[in-house]
Amino acid sequence: MTIQDSSETPRGEVGPSPREVGPVADPETKGMSQGQLVRRRFFDNTAAIISLVVFAIIFLLAFTSLGFAGIPGWWKYNHTQFLPVVDGGAPTVTGPFSWGDHPFGQDSIGRDYFALTMRGAQNSIIIMLLIGAISGLVGVVVGACSGYFRGWTEAVLMRITDIVIIIPLIVLAAVLGRTVGTSLGAGAAVFFLGVVLGLLAWTGMARLVRGEFLSLREREFVDAAKIAGASNARIIFKHILPNAVGVIIVNTTLLMSAAILLETGLSYLGFGVRAPDVSLGLIISQNQEAFQTRPWLFWFPGLFIVLICLTINFIGDGLRDAFDPRQKKFNPRKAKEADRPVRA
Amino acid sequence: MVTYIVRRLVTAVLILFGASFIVYLLTAASGDPLAELRASNAPNREQLIQARVELLDLNTPAPLRYFGWLSGAVQCAVPFVGNCDLGRSIQGEAVTDALTRAVGNTIMLVTAATVLAIIIGISLGIITALRQYSGLDYGVTFMSFLFFSLPIFWLAVLLKEFGAIGFNNFLTDPDIPLSSILVVALISGVIFTILAGGTVKRKALAFLIGAVAAGGLLYLLNLIDWFTRPGLGPIVILVFGVAIAYGITLLTAGLKNRKALYSALIMVALGLVAYYVVNPFLGAATIWLLLLLAVVTVGVGMGVGFLLGGYDRVQSMRTAALTGLLMAALIVLDRFMVTWPSYVSNSRIRGRPIATIGASTPGLEGDFWIQGLDNFTHLLLPTLALLLASLASYSRYSRASMLEIMNMDYIRTARAKGLSERTVVMRHAFRNALIPLATLVAFDIGALIGGAVITEQVFAFSGMGQLFVQALLRTDPNPIMGFFLVVGILALVFNLIADLVYSVLDPRVRVKA
Repeated sequence: MTIQDSSETPRGEVGPSPREVGPVADPETKGMSQGQLVRRRFFDNTAAIISLVVFAIIFLLAFTSLGFAGIPGWWKYNHTQFLPVVDGGAPTVTGPFSWGDHPFGQDSIGRDYFALTMRGAQNSIIIMLLIGAISGLVGVVVGACSGYFRGWTEAVLMRITDIVIIIPLIVLAAVLGRTVGTSLGAGAAVFFLGVVLGLLAWTGMARLVRGEFLSLREREFVDAAKIAGASNARIIFKHILPNAVGVIIVNTTLLMSAAILLETGLSYLGFGVRAPDVSLGLIISQNQEAFQTRPWLFWFPGLFIVLICLTINFIGDGLRDAFDPRQKKFNPRKAKEADRPVRA
Repeated sequence: MVTYIVRRLVTAVLILFGASFIVYLLTAASGDPLAELRASNAPNREQLIQARVELLDLNTPAPLRYFGWLSGAVQCAVPFVGNCDLGRSIQGEAVTDALTRAVGNTIMLVTAATVLAIIIGISLGIITALRQYSGLDYGVTFMSFLFFSLPIFWLAVLLKEFGAIGFNNFLTDPDIPLSSILVVALISGVIFTILAGGTVKRKALAFLIGAVAAGGLLYLLNLIDWFTRPGLGPIVILVFGVAIAYGITLLTAGLKNRKALYSALIMVALGLVAYYVVNPFLGAATIWLLLLLAVVTVGVGMGVGFLLGGYDRVQSMRTAALTGLLMAALIVLDRFMVTWPSYVSNSRIRGRPIATIGASTPGLEGDFWIQGLDNFTHLLLPTLALLLASLASYSRYSRASMLEIMNMDYIRTARAKGLSERTVVMRHAFRNALIPLATLVAFDIGALIGGAVITEQVFAFSGMGQLFVQALLRTDPNPIMGFFLVVGILALVFNLIADLVYSVLDPRVRVKA
């Protein structure tokens, strides 16, 4: 599922090809734990690593430039200052190290657009992480309980999941976002939005984890643990959960990339983060009319949304390949080569 | 099976009650419907407030008010009585009427995008799976990730800028400069190279063919001023038709099956005859006439295939019918193109055909073809935006599914039997790869009627999404509930359909009876 073929290339170059080795275990994988294997597969994946680096840069840029939670940042302006508009608010960035006074320009009322974009990126990343953490946690707990205990626990939890799942997320989020957005201050509203969205987006995760648990709980090692007298909690957390961790991590990452689009979309519609605070979706919505005259107001925030979402997607995809390399096996060219003597 | 369906339906109704109760309470808590009136300076403020309180029954607490709403909504479940009452909006319009209009608009908006996304997405997925780790695979994978990551409102603004305003500017003086032709030729060459793959010689040849074909075509179109007076004409239709006949035969029956090929070619010839015979009648065409003609075309195609078919008639019938349909589509396309100049010069359009907002040009008069073109120019951009956004998931899913299938033992068996690669891919792998996608498609259709909320907002398209957003902005509870009811019921129904379809398509999956 990735851009880069991670597990096959080094094998073909370094060691003997699997065909020569035959049924003997791959020497490269010998004596490695599951964690080491996953880590190596992930680090072999160029696209995922590049994405990880890019995301780290964006993260650092957004949080250090403006500062966060009272700690001052290194950028001279912040997103609330009204400054005299210089040169029609045109961006002054000319190269990676010559930023000028307003690298991303200024908006129509003179606010520094770099500061605005960074603040928006901060908010989007905070909400994304909150959604990932909360919905991941809720989804895992609900899925694990219903998959492990079965019976009425499962019935009740799954009916609740069904109720949440048929209400379109955007409806719930818009109604709730509106409800809480009007009653809270600007800073807290972002956190609250993240929490609310996180409490709504767990349904897919719950179903997935339940499916994993349903099949894992029938395995022999669970029986062994039961006979050895392990408690339910110990079986769930020590025996089953580590086996399902791949699915959980991958799905959380993909959920976060969807969360970015959900948050920016909601803010664009006016139901998410709202003025005076900033979100990437909100500043695009505020400035889209100016596309003809001052296109940078439109390009920079959009670029950041795309970059954040794209990098998270590639990281998630790299993780999926690292945890589940099954899809790699089929290689049509090899299949044809293998077929050739048989056909002839 | 029947017990299973009944049980699922009963649960679905209970879930719907629970969910609608929650949504009702949330909507009630989301704001004060009287806020705008309280702030107004109208002299009859008190009466207005009184009237709205009465209209929305605001003196009753929300949990009780829900049951009032429910007693009206339940009557919608009784067919043919017409007692359906979903309440009224703040403006006093019955929600049922608003819903009917919105659903119609939304279906119009999403149908083309969905069908195209499914067809293109699945084909891309299958092709990239068959050519895993090729340049094509990497390119398509990157593009689908990119489209997947694009916020649709951002994409929509870009489309408006370059697809509508830019293209309309181009149409006022359609002259392509030589430099642009060269750039397009270069890009087309690169695409052909990636598509071709293989040895260096093959790639170079593909580059040359792609570049020359695209460049030459653009130059020619520019020379004959095609963009102001587009059209296909009989010769182009014939050439395209023959290409279609070969392509369809290659996919469905294989070129070795001469009988299928001949029946497809006969359909092309018949289509060309129809081009001259039917064209005079098309002036007064309606959508029903076109549908009738399509059915006739399929019938004729099956007939031709049946008569020529030999021992494997079904293959020839399928090939001929498909070719016939595509020929008919070409003829209709030609007709639309011929109408284009008169549409562009219409006083309502004034030479700027591609629209950025709305569902139709207000006050435009004209026959079926003019109205059709008007629909086309309005739907083009939102459809493109939706298409790009949903393409990615289809191509990713079908690629993954196809890769899994190609690893199966029965594919190896099929190859070992000596079946041709076409049979292995089209007959054995492709069909089974579609099974998991059937559920995805069912879910998607269920979710689609809910409307592309953001897309509708950007393009000011008054469908379900707009209904919802506008109602929420005005804190208008009844339309929100109506919207939720439609979306929720569809989600539940299509969920059930997805499960049933899966168990029918894949006998290994059994529904619990």
